[in-house]
Amino acid sequence: MTRADALPTSLNPNNAGPPLWLLAELTYRCPLQCPYCSNPLDFAQTEQELTTEQWISVLRQGREMGAAQLGFSGGEPLVRQDLPELIAEARKLGYYTNLITSGLGLTEARVVAFAEAGLDHIQVSFQASDPELNNAVAGSRKAFEQKLAMAKAVKAAGYPMVLNFVIHRHNIHQMPDIIDLCERLGADYVELATCQYYGWAFENREALMPSKAQLDQAEAEVNASRAGLQARGSAMKLIFVTPDYYEERPKACMNGWGNLFLTVAPDGTALPCHSARLLPIDFPNVKDLDLREIWYDSPGFNHYRGNEWMPEPCRSCDEKDKDFGGCRCQAYLLTGNADNADPVCSKSPHHERILAARRAADHATAGLQDLVYRNVRNSRLFFRG
Amino acid sequence: MSQIPRFRRGFRFQWEPAQDCYVLLYPEGMVKLNGSAGAILNEVDGRQDVDAIVASLQQQFPEAGDLGPDVRAFLEDAEQQHWIDLS
Repeated sequence: MTRADALPTSLNPNNAGPPLWLLAELTYRCPLQCPYCSNPLDFAQTEQELTTEQWISVLRQGREMGAAQLGFSGGEPLVRQDLPELIAEARKLGYYTNLITSGLGLTEARVVAFAEAGLDHIQVSFQASDPELNNAVAGSRKAFEQKLAMAKAVKAAGYPMVLNFVIHRHNIHQMPDIIDLCERLGADYVELATCQYYGWAFENREALMPSKAQLDQAEAEVNASRAGLQARGSAMKLIFVTPDYYEERPKACMNGWGNLFLTVAPDGTALPCHSARLLPIDFPNVKDLDLREIWYDSPGFNHYRGNEWMPEPCRSCDEKDKDFGGCRCQAYLLTGNADNADPVCSKSPHHERILAARRAADHATAGLQDLVYRNVRNSRLFFRG
Repeated sequence: MSQIPRFRRGFRFQWEPAQDCYVLLYPEGMVKLNGSAGAILNEVDGRQDVDAIVASLQQQFPEAGDLGPDVRAFLEDAEQQHWIDLS
């Protein structure tokens, strides 16, 4: 019996599972400008970050509720000077701690110090397999060299190594080179994550989304690489996340709303996923309520639990308990109403918007210079209107 | 000589009160273990070899019959999943 099951049903009417996964977005500050960043477009409006004591309180409360996986993310979490203290506290509490970083701001000494503080894993993200493209996408001249050095330092310190590449139409042709690079660096896991179109990536979708032909070729290349790795007895695992825009049924987003994942944004706003801030819903703040009240009782976290809220075609659909009607953020971005079925679903009356995006991807001509880069200047344009 | 199983670097085995089970944690992932998987992996301490693990489990579950084949098969599977090294 889980703790959530143990609560009287009056306190947990939707039988929500415990937040096993806690994502701590420590800051929106970041030295890079990736045009597919999942941070909100108006991130520059958020200047007040939680203090060290407030973060430690969040970690303690989350762990008491059953959170076991902890991600330190951002922005770039390395800009927080209290990171070693937060890592040490997290480890003491029994979390499995993941640092999700661009590698910028990392040094060999910090890699070692974090391990001594109890950090379990460092995920380094890359933008491409070569310096030119990598640095153009990241908006930083020295990024690639630094990332390579830090990937080697992470490996040398004995961490399990996960390398993450966000894939889009400008780097999808590099799949075999990317996989080669990861094998040379000794990665244990490689995430080849095609852009998900939220935040900055939604703004830049036309210039990022690969065509079906590009995607099919990449899938064939990944499968061939998998076979090669297996034949060589390599333990490196390739995780290829394809864009849901090419599916006919939506993803079971976040394993259900407020059912597994809890994100805390830099200013303490608690969210059921890192994109949900874009929804016209009031989300609670850890500065005002304790985490248990936020998770089980707040209107924001109960908004899309269960299936009473669903309109047609979800309401009468026999797959509604499997995919929960898909992603609320995607429904909102593409239809203007977050209650609607995720338009990825071919039963959605708005599915045409997905088909139009696929057609656009077949004929897109936009280059890197057409992307809106994620930086403070561009962010201010979004909230000043 | 019998093999000594060890968790691979990056894998952590622990009891989770909120889930009322043992789990195996790894980069950005978690496997919930059922009772027998949890009992077997609870014996993996980097010192006991497979024979010692079987003997210990046999002692804990005296009515379970011969556990050897199932325990060995599970540990081999765990190695294939890259959770543990058998050396």
